[in-house]
Amino acid sequence: MDHFVDGNALAGSLRQVFRPDITTAEARCAGCGAVRPVADFRVYTAAPGAVARCAACGQVTLQLVQSPGALWLGMSGLSYLRFPPPGR
Amino acid sequence: MSALTPGFRGGRRTVSDRVPPGQYLTEGFPVLSAGPTPVVDTGEWSFTVVNEVGERVSWDWAAFSRLPHESPTVDIHCVTRWSKLDTTWRGVSVDTLLAEVATAADFAVVHSVDGYTANVPLQDLTDGQAWVVTGYEGAPLAAEHGGPARFLVPHLYFWKSAKWVSGITLHDEDQPGFWERAGYHDYGDPWLEQRYQSGW
Repeated sequence: MDHFVDGNALAGSLRQVFRPDITTAEARCAGCGAVRPVADFRVYTAAPGAVARCAACGQVTLQLVQSPGALWLGMSGLSYLRFPPPGR
Repeated sequence: MSALTPGFRGGRRTVSDRVPPGQYLTEGFPVLSAGPTPVVDTGEWSFTVVNEVGERVSWDWAAFSRLPHESPTVDIHCVTRWSKLDTTWRGVSVDTLLAEVATAADFAVVHSVDGYTANVPLQDLTDGQAWVVTGYEGAPLAAEHGGPARFLVPHLYFWKSAKWVSGITLHDEDQPGFWERAGYHDYGDPWLEQRYQSGW
């Protein structure tokens, strides 16, 4: 048997992730494995979108593109984001 | 800026005819970059074309310099809405480079030394539509503009004209590049305002 539920089941947990300030979350670079706060990223904005790079190795971690109809968040350069527990 | 000439009935295009919708003209040359400017030593630089079955042909700086060069004067259009007219470059036609490679591929990916990529249909790189350029306005191409060598495919938005190029790979299937994976249009025709992926 293949037991699963739909993505709505993630709503409660992901509410802790997609919150106003994620800069205190720790991010693991998929390139070099460095784990640092999002606030430590080096961000280049003189570009068609914002590009965040790992401060340790320079690899792209995030891409943000704002179009008239959407905000795109590319995260292929991240292994994970780790969030401090609420209230910390 | 009014560039229309009253009463003009000739076949020559006016300046306003040359500015795609949603663009403004600039006299400067804005520098856009998604990362630090890499230091590329021409003594270590090479340009490599890899076809869809993995066959490769490479040119080092000296060999590349001996290839026939052209000096195209073209208009360029950045997706951030600036356009610049009559820019003159010096470089090698992609036709010259592809002449050394057997291919039946339909798609190309342009690669930069810093990992940047941009995808372009192969038919948009042939017949005098694209170059690998090493000079701009009579001088060696500055590093901030992609020197020692950048791509130039002026009929598409300028993010396709990758800086600090290192090569082209040829593919049977389309492979979206750095910005195309993050919301930008797969093709990027400035005259059709193909800025973002369809519907967004």
